[in-house]
Amino acid sequence: MVDVRDGLRYTRTHEWVRVEGDIAVVGVTDFAQSELGDITYLELPEPGTKVTQGESMGVIESVKAASDIYAPTSGEVVEANKAVIETPELVNKSPYDDAWLVKIRMSSPDELTQLMDAEAYRKYLAETAAMA
Amino acid sequence: MSLKVTPLIEQHRALGARFIEFAGWLMPVQYEGIVAEHLAVRSRAGLFDLGHMGQLAVRGRDARAFLQFVTPNDVDSLQPGRAQYSMLLYPTGGVVDDIMIYLRPDREEYLVVVNASNTDKDFQWLLEQCSHHPEWVVEVEDISNRTGMLAIQGPLAERILQRVTESDLSTVRSFAAIQTRVAEVPTLVARTGYTGEDGFELYFPIEATVSLWNRLLEVGRGDGLVPVGLGARDTLRLEACLPLYGNELSPEITPLEAQLDWVVKFQKGNFLGREALERQLQEGVPRKLVGFELVERGGIPRHGYEVQLAGRRIGYVTSGTSSPTLGKTIGLALIERAAVGIGREFEVIIRGRPVRAHQVRTPFYRRPRRRIDKGVES
Repeated sequence: MVDVRDGLRYTRTHEWVRVEGDIAVVGVTDFAQSELGDITYLELPEPGTKVTQGESMGVIESVKAASDIYAPTSGEVVEANKAVIETPELVNKSPYDDAWLVKIRMSSPDELTQLMDAEAYRKYLAETAAMA
Repeated sequence: MSLKVTPLIEQHRALGARFIEFAGWLMPVQYEGIVAEHLAVRSRAGLFDLGHMGQLAVRGRDARAFLQFVTPNDVDSLQPGRAQYSMLLYPTGGVVDDIMIYLRPDREEYLVVVNASNTDKDFQWLLEQCSHHPEWVVEVEDISNRTGMLAIQGPLAERILQRVTESDLSTVRSFAAIQTRVAEVPTLVARTGYTGEDGFELYFPIEATVSLWNRLLEVGRGDGLVPVGLGARDTLRLEACLPLYGNELSPEITPLEAQLDWVVKFQKGNFLGREALERQLQEGVPRKLVGFELVERGGIPRHGYEVQLAGRRIGYVTSGTSSPTLGKTIGLALIERAAVGIGREFEVIIRGRPVRAHQVRTPFYRRPRRRIDKGVES
């Protein structure tokens, strides 16, 4: 069973957000990592990069396929996780903790209301699975 | 068009497989994970459902002469109970399919094993060649629907398979095949495979597929035998530089370009594609398949990605992956002959960005050879 953490916000493209003041810590969900399989490569935005909600800000690649990583909220990237770039398989092992991807200083925190909470994301996953 | 499934579809589901569509079949791409399955085959053993592969029987008085004409390798040198890697070629020298030919140990019949995606095409192609030579007494039959196929591959494959096999497997050499019984099922057991490891491919009546699969997993569990999907089958074969039809081989690529010169035996006499290949040999191949490694990060070079030298296109990637055994990003590319050379660099364009690579010796992976202690080299 895939892990969905309470207290996080989720996108339909399977990113999660943990809010720490005006900073959004962003990663990909357990569902995303299990769908992709063995992650081998990450391309993340450099600190200073301006990102826009819903637009691609990076790439996550596994042996099977490459996917875009979408910004769950607009703002400026203040940090990218060097450890996960060096060791992409961290995403498979610890998608919600060690393998956070970037920290974004939010320019419009109101955007977060458009994201799902854990309950809604669980429902969304169940619907996605039913359609597959 | 609905997808075809093998007799093992329910077993795969119960094992938690993820599925992909491959050549019109719904096949398991992975169970536990591609990397874990890959490493299991390199260090222990893996079991593969190959029910999607095609099997053709070629028999009749002129079967040998017929195969000698439609393939570039030397069928005359193929002894009973032996296997030969070969191809079907167009008169242009391009590849209809790459195939494995077994001369059955117990009867005068050739078993031709073909790629799933090409089974119908190959069968029609062979029938057409027959029709051009009415003087030949030869029968070609598609026996895919009644032939089951599994592979067990890895350093512990022999030990595991031996537990349920009547005959002594240690005497079966590489590229040899015996007719025996595996878990009571009459089976052609061949020491062949597509992983770069020691191992076996099994051919048997299709009704026995489920019971053989279950029995092998059961007797192999203690040795760490795991089911392996098409994902790891691809990474395993690529590390060993075994070609994949549609990637390294196609109607537009000749065996001489694909580093498979050794398959083409010009001295054997006439065969389909010979003239074109001879011409290519004289003129020199315009492009060649080379192995490469990325020398910087940039993602996985995938099939079809452009290869450039100083901003100019010199070819394309045929296959690429992140190599679980080597921990490097590797690939094969078909490039202009003038750019070929071990150590020489080029760029692979990954998502619009040039990523540096250099050419390396192939295969990327060669298994440690077992000591020759029984006079048998595996």
